[in-house]
Amino acid sequence: MDDAYAAPPSPNILLEQLLKNGVTDVVWLPDSETNKLFLLLKAEPSLRLIGVSREGPACSLAAGLYTGGRTPVVLIQNTGLMECGDSLRGWVLGLNIPVVFIVGYRGWKRHGVTQDTAAIYTEPFLNAFGIQYYLVESDADAAHITVAFEESKNKKKPVAVLVAGE
Amino acid sequence: MLKIFQQHRRDAIVIPGRGGRHWVKISTRPDLDAPLGDPAMGGHASFALGLALARPERKVIVFDSEGDLLMNLGILATVAEQKPANLYHFMLDNECYATTGGQPVPNCGNIAYDAIARGCGYPRASAYSDLESLSKDLGGILHQPGPAFVALKVFPEIENAPLGKRPRWMTRTRVQVLGELREALGIAK
Repeated sequence: MDDAYAAPPSPNILLEQLLKNGVTDVVWLPDSETNKLFLLLKAEPSLRLIGVSREGPACSLAAGLYTGGRTPVVLIQNTGLMECGDSLRGWVLGLNIPVVFIVGYRGWKRHGVTQDTAAIYTEPFLNAFGIQYYLVESDADAAHITVAFEESKNKKKPVAVLVAGE
Repeated sequence: MLKIFQQHRRDAIVIPGRGGRHWVKISTRPDLDAPLGDPAMGGHASFALGLALARPERKVIVFDSEGDLLMNLGILATVAEQKPANLYHFMLDNECYATTGGQPVPNCGNIAYDAIARGCGYPRASAYSDLESLSKDLGGILHQPGPAFVALKVFPEIENAPLGKRPRWMTRTRVQVLGELREALGIAK
């Protein structure tokens, strides 16, 4: 196996993608998969970090930011993604808000066998809401993030990027 | 009560929340209103925070409700941390879930929402139970920098009819509302 595919995505590459796509605000709640990315975001002066204490409000907050002309991204874990179902329905899908969700894929295994229900339900959840998603499991997948931003903007819909790290 | 606000709103963005059906009848700046009804319960304050952070040059007034806020109390900490000087967070407390038949909210009548907001870090928080006092103070509240939280006791307007049989008050779709607001703010659609 190529080493580039063996290593999880590097936080620097993820940050580079966010900046490349004009992100101005990061609405976030900590998760173990993207913690190192959070530390980089915090040190990046061009980004505003807005911490929430539950993921549902991240949806309406992002909707408000977008309405006011900003380019927010939501950074949460897959557990929180499932928590915010009704807000995702009403405040994002229902209002045609183009926002990318960077989702830490807790429980993901490269070969697909996991006992973690957070991982088991993640993709069925996104499919139920009709939300397109892209898996980023190594730096080689980083370009998928730009694809997600473009798709979100063009279709005025949320798109998810699942950040995997075994 | 909303008529008193109308006298003070100037060019503020107004998110009327559950008061939307009354606000749309009296608003003189519908282009700066976001009457979204109830996209999903609990989200009005965080939507308002997003707008306030995005447009710091303009006041943002939100009419939240106690039922919504109880679903999303953590937003008070987020607002306090972000310190938007242009956000005015009014919360109408009718002590019940009026749109589902008037069932009481948990511990109705015994919650000091202004104390919770202050405890979360809002620099200014107050509570009113009569229109006269509010009317006297409102200009001052909106003149000082935010974030400000104001809890207002109101009488419930109980609705019991099934959702599909209630009169429709929204004259624009939610997507139209946001599109027109963005246009009024000079943002491309």
